[in-house]
Amino acid sequence: MTFSTDIETLAPATDAEIGEKASAGRPVPVAVISAITITAIIGVWALASYYALVSPVFLPSPRQVVIALYNLIVTGFVDATLAEHVGASLYRIFGALIASILIGIPAGIAIGTSRVGRGILDPIVEFLRPLPPLAYLPLIIIWVGIGEASKITVIALSMLPSIILSTSAGVRSVSKDHVNAARSLGATRRQVLAEVVLPSAVPSILTGVRIALGAGWTTLVAAELVAATSGIGFMIQSAAQFLVTDIVIAGIVVIALIAILLEFLARLIERRLVPWAAHR
Amino acid sequence: MSILTFRDVSLRYPPQPGRKGAVEKRVLDGINLQVASDELVAVIGRSGSGKTSLLNLAAGFLAPSAGTITVDGVPVRGPGADRAVVFQDDALYPWLDALNNVAFPLKLKGVPLAERRARAQALLDRVGLADAGDRNIWELSGGMRQRVGIARALAAEPRFLLLDEPLGALDALTRTRMQEFLLRIKAESGAGALLITHSIEEALLLGTRVVVLSPNPGRLTAEIEAGFNAEVRAGASVAAVKASPLFKRMHAGLTGLIHSGDDEELAA
Ligand SMILES: Nc1ncnc2c1ncn2[C@@H]1O[C@H](COP(=O)(O)OP(=O)(O)OP(=O)(O)O)[C@@H](O)[C@H]1O
Ligand SMILES: [Mg+2]
Repeated sequence: MTFSTDIETLAPATDAEIGEKASAGRPVPVAVISAITITAIIGVWALASYYALVSPVFLPSPRQVVIALYNLIVTGFVDATLAEHVGASLYRIFGALIASILIGIPAGIAIGTSRVGRGILDPIVEFLRPLPPLAYLPLIIIWVGIGEASKITVIALSMLPSIILSTSAGVRSVSKDHVNAARSLGATRRQVLAEVVLPSAVPSILTGVRIALGAGWTTLVAAELVAATSGIGFMIQSAAQFLVTDIVIAGIVVIALIAILLEFLARLIERRLVPWAAHR
Repeated sequence: MSILTFRDVSLRYPPQPGRKGAVEKRVLDGINLQVASDELVAVIGRSGSGKTSLLNLAAGFLAPSAGTITVDGVPVRGPGADRAVVFQDDALYPWLDALNNVAFPLKLKGVPLAERRARAQALLDRVGLADAGDRNIWELSGGMRQRVGIARALAAEPRFLLLDEPLGALDALTRTRMQEFLLRIKAESGAGALLITHSIEEALLLGTRVVVLSPNPGRLTAEIEAGFNAEVRAGASVAAVKASPLFKRMHAGLTGLIHSGDDEELAA
């Protein structure tokens, strides 16, 4: 999915007018521009802290953050190393992912294939979808307690809508010819579902899983800020209470890196599992 | 010997809901048609005359509004492997490679893996794609895909092959080769065939019989015996057959019957 909507690609003729040098060489790759941007931001940050423009309590230097990160990895913070905090978070998100897949895919199939299923489940999904997960976190804590179960439940709930909706959309997008072909080749209803409808829906389901991971990660960190005794969100929250800003920033960087990594993995799996999706 | 029979079959599509003044559309009216195992019945007609609807009825994808469709006297109640369909745009499964597409009907029947792979490979051999088994569908050319689609239909061991413009999307050269191929496969399989086509030439060349479907509502208005497919199977070249005076005369006659004025494709 690399649809370029660059103005440059859309209207190359205007390049000169915009003022870009009409140099003979190749245009600078986007990745290089991005790298320069990141370097510049870190540079400004370093200068700001070097000249003490901002109090180090608010903005520690990049060096301090790197040191904090190192210390986090080696000795840890609030009774756990970085790996343990990240592990606790990943455990929750993958636990929630499995739960939401186990519930979401059958629910999506029910919505996509049956009028009754749609009638029953649609309102529930539509109610759940726009709700910020933290809005129902207190209720979940009342119901299932403060432990792991409440966090996994909340994260799973935040992932469910996108998995359900992507599954039902995938199921409904099945080609009519594909279904008819199977029926004319002797497939029973159940076989049509298992051999045609489900495989057709896999690309859409994987996209849903990828989106769900993003939503789940956001919810996870937020839930850990509010109610947890381990995990990357909890680590940041604790550090903030003691004004250990370098750890807060290091934690934020780690959260972002993991989010990027999850997205990358999900895309890799999509490409491996459904290479045909681009050729329908 | 099996026989597929349409008896007084009519088909009406219900009015489009929401559209004002919409009336139900009579697509087929009083169709009587028989297809036997040793036949290839070619149906020609203008775009929108109801050819696909006719085939969908035979396949069991649609139920007739009136009349009956039977196979050896047993009413058709829905789709089944005794009437395998080959679609215009192949309808192959892109998540399966060529071999597994062909093996698909065998999998549905519960044939064990090793056996169904062997049988699918034998079918691929037969359609001239012996080495294409592990290829992805999207890597195949249009002609190859149609051959995979035909092999898949044959794997179901149908009594009838229902072919909805299977060669419509192919270029002229490939199409001619595929016409010869279709004749051979049809004869070998022993299945009866109902072939929908836009091309009068193709209908004449392949059909043991050619029926003309006239639109609004679709009625069978002409039926002619054509012997050209026997000539081709006996070894005559397709080009020679098409050039024969008899072929040209029948072609002209059919063109007149369909009064193709507003449909240039029919002239092909
Ligand atoms: N599901 C449907 N609902 C209402 N009308 C339909 C439906 N399907 C087809 N029709 C109408 O029925 C008529 C016959 O359609 P059909 O697809 O059978 O024609 P065809 O001969 O196969 O045409 P073509 O050569 O273009 O494939 C057309 O007028 C079409 O608009
Ligand atoms: Mg048609």
